[in-house]
Amino acid sequence: MNRDNDKGKVLIFRSLIMAFGKLVLMFVIIGRLYYLQVYQADRYKTLADENRISTRLLIPPRGVIYDRNQVQIATNKQNFQALIVAEQTPNVQETLDAFKKIMPLSDAEEEKIKKDLKRNRSFVPIKIKDNLTWEEVSRIQLHASDLPGIIIDEGLSRYYPFGEKMAHVLGYVSSVSDKDVKDDPLLEVPGFKIGKSGIEKLFEKDLRGQGGNLKLEVNAYGRIMKEIERNDGIPGKRKDLTIDSRLQEKAFDLFGEESGAAVLLDVHTGEILAFVSAPSFDSNILAQGLNNEEWKALTGNMKKPLSNKAVSGLYSPGSTFKMIVALAGLEAGVIKPDTRSFCAGKMFLGNHAFHCWKKVGHGYLNVVEALQHSCDIFFYETAQKLGIEKIAEMARRFGLGSKINIGLDNEKDGLIPDKEWKLKRFGEPWQQGESLISGIGQGYILTTPLQLATMTARLVNGGYEVKPTFTKLSDDELQNINKINVSKEYLDIIKEGMFAVVNKPGGTAYLSQFDYKGQRMGGKTGTTQVRRISMKERQTGILKESELPWHLRNHALFVGYAPHDNPKYAVAVLVEHGGGGSSVAAPIAGKILRAAIELDPTKEEIK
Amino acid sequence: MYRAYETSFRNQTLTLKEKFFNISFSYVMFIVILAAIGIVTLYSAANGHWSPWAINQLLRFAMGFVIMIALALTDIKLLMRYAYVFYFLTLILLIVVEVTGHIGMGAQRWINLGFFKLQPSELMKIAMVLVLARYFHTSSLQSIESIKGIIPPLLMALFPAFLIVMQPDLGTSLMLIFTTAGIFFAVGVQLWKFGVLALGALIMMPIAWHFLHEYQQNRVLTFLNPERDPLGAGYHIIQSKIALGSGGVFGKGFLKGTQSHLNFLPEKHTDFIFTMLSEEFGMVGGIAIVILNVLILAYTYSFAFKSSSYFGKLVAIGLATNYFMYVFINIAMVLGLLPVVGIPLPLISYGGTVMLSIMASFGIILSVHINRNVQIGKD
Repeated sequence: MNRDNDKGKVLIFRSLIMAFGKLVLMFVIIGRLYYLQVYQADRYKTLADENRISTRLLIPPRGVIYDRNQVQIATNKQNFQALIVAEQTPNVQETLDAFKKIMPLSDAEEEKIKKDLKRNRSFVPIKIKDNLTWEEVSRIQLHASDLPGIIIDEGLSRYYPFGEKMAHVLGYVSSVSDKDVKDDPLLEVPGFKIGKSGIEKLFEKDLRGQGGNLKLEVNAYGRIMKEIERNDGIPGKRKDLTIDSRLQEKAFDLFGEESGAAVLLDVHTGEILAFVSAPSFDSNILAQGLNNEEWKALTGNMKKPLSNKAVSGLYSPGSTFKMIVALAGLEAGVIKPDTRSFCAGKMFLGNHAFHCWKKVGHGYLNVVEALQHSCDIFFYETAQKLGIEKIAEMARRFGLGSKINIGLDNEKDGLIPDKEWKLKRFGEPWQQGESLISGIGQGYILTTPLQLATMTARLVNGGYEVKPTFTKLSDDELQNINKINVSKEYLDIIKEGMFAVVNKPGGTAYLSQFDYKGQRMGGKTGTTQVRRISMKERQTGILKESELPWHLRNHALFVGYAPHDNPKYAVAVLVEHGGGGSSVAAPIAGKILRAAIELDPTKEEIK
Repeated sequence: MYRAYETSFRNQTLTLKEKFFNISFSYVMFIVILAAIGIVTLYSAANGHWSPWAINQLLRFAMGFVIMIALALTDIKLLMRYAYVFYFLTLILLIVVEVTGHIGMGAQRWINLGFFKLQPSELMKIAMVLVLARYFHTSSLQSIESIKGIIPPLLMALFPAFLIVMQPDLGTSLMLIFTTAGIFFAVGVQLWKFGVLALGALIMMPIAWHFLHEYQQNRVLTFLNPERDPLGAGYHIIQSKIALGSGGVFGKGFLKGTQSHLNFLPEKHTDFIFTMLSEEFGMVGGIAIVILNVLILAYTYSFAFKSSSYFGKLVAIGLATNYFMYVFINIAMVLGLLPVVGIPLPLISYGGTVMLSIMASFGIILSVHINRNVQIGKD
């Protein structure tokens, strides 16, 4: 019985120990609850929110670009695209395979999708294919049950109604590359596109707008339960350009198969009305992304469609430079308005012969006639008397030799040589012969078509230092355009010469003249050699242009303005390897100027 | 109507009515409150719907309540008399499940009774307590302290534990072993024997490891390092901690638990119901559950100490230990203190068998209380 008593006591004692142990363990639980729900509560609250809230950036619609007449030249088009959300499909590869059965994907496309999938979190929708047609959209929706995780998204994609005709003005948008500065979270959004060249790049910040935020509550499977917060962001600003789409289209079409550039300016404001570089590319295709073949076709093309010849192409101005030389000559007094000098077809400097383009010579010419006939000897002599420094100085006043900075990529400085430059560049002193060559716009001198248009505008606008621009200047800015220090009288003589080129018989662009209600154009042709004509060839007869391979033919140039009485438009046209300035470039320029006058909004008043 | 139980009833048989009024009202109230909290939480788990869980749970609780009252009114001597029979019947059921389980090529743990799926392993927890209580009731302290004396109860415990491991149900099996160990400890088995057994178990561990199913191995490994598999097994416990922690002191509010309602929290209506409750009602809610359970355990202990029979004491202590195992393992598991072993939170988690077996054990505990003055001989 004693033992039984002990047995009961042991039970009570041991049970109490156990009960105590249990109590301790319960306190451990309470302690743990305190640790998790008080001490670490903030951390877990954040984690819970990260779980449930999925923030998506809303892409703002890109600003629409208009021409000067409110025509949309870069706009946004509805675009159906198929997206895949990795976390919404049990097996990404299976879904992609199923998708491929409905719509084939190239290996490159598939690789890109996989790269994007790897780079992004699993709830981020990744583009599989865009620009889907209605028919393709309905086909995908029909097979929706086989395509978990695939969603059709209706987005906006950039559309350029004028395609290649405006490509060198507008540029294009494309996916953000690793090189782009990621200063905006929008750039991290897959499929987001930014301006890569042209106006799209120049005004990228304005056009882009500000991204919005969409905070969504999602469940564990990524399904959207509700919208928590939405901030639409700010749409991109519209941009109004000075381009006139009708003139742009006309100018582009005039080039046909030719390679070259044309710039049409308002001479008083510098507003660019047409800006062509041909051949061109279709901005729409670049915005969608090129495949390898298309890329090779663009980069391998001898006529370099990707290069913007109006600002990046460097060409000898040839005879279009003669106005500068004439003006410098008049200002320096080495030529007088009425003095005539004799052209015998060639002249000698030392024992080196300089030829006029007209072998038999022009006879006696004054400065106006020299421009009209584009006599080389007259300008050799003028340049010889002037020296390079005075020519260079005048050229610079008219915008040659340095960038205008209109904001496009690869704008070139061009080159107006002088003695200092030659010494620095070659370590050799300037030769007088080089001054002579410069007198007819050959030699070292290099200009861009944009610079030539600028030069022409400044020559005919009364000597104002206008700068080409794609956007309208404010009245203030217009008031502040500097006057170039040059005599009005001499400018009128130059204008008279340019008028004669087109409108006087014997003028080099006589065949390109027009008379639209009494309004005529003036201008100057230029033909520049891209090869040296040897003595031997001169003796045996210079080869005809048509006998030469394309890349050895002369460049054809024309700078012009209209209307002559009260100039408003200036144009520079360059046709690479086009042959002659009078036969190829002048007709194009004439048609552009005529169109400009015909379309001029103030033409009724002029009448 | 309530009649004091004092000396006048000593050694006398109570009438059914007297027994009924001797049921501890407070004890039953705690049980009802916990079950009510459970049903409310299940209502929330179904996003504010009675079906599919809350309504079923209510029915099961009602069924369990009837069983509890019935057992409370049962004569304790009857429980002792049929302890072995009950034990062996349950053992047979376990073997049947084991055999049909193998035939069915799957891990089957229940016998389908049509309206109800009976899990013999749950019954075994009660049978084990009863049979051990009876065994130790009849044995002397001398025998308990001898090696020979504890071999039969050890075998009685290990054989069903082995069968349950084979099902495979690691959690239940471990619970059974822990409960048994608790009883062994309570009756006075010397501590060094536990040491020897623990050492033996330690040595057996690498061998046993190979017998564990891969998912069980993973559970243990994931417990040791939850980040090991953040999307698989570790995901459960990480999400559970996020749900708990984000609940804070006062919780996110009824029906407003984001982790649970957005399905980040797995098994929110069964094993992880404590998490969901603590997410919506915060630390306050969690501690309320702990306190209610502590009260139930404290009452059970007091019943044990008041019982005049060794059998009654041991049954109450054994069942209390079993109940504690459920509560502690489940909560510790969802708090990330123990591996995820699949033990539900009694009275709260959705599940029929556990509800019924727990209510049955409460009935037996109440019976111990009602029959606290009944002396039971050693025969």
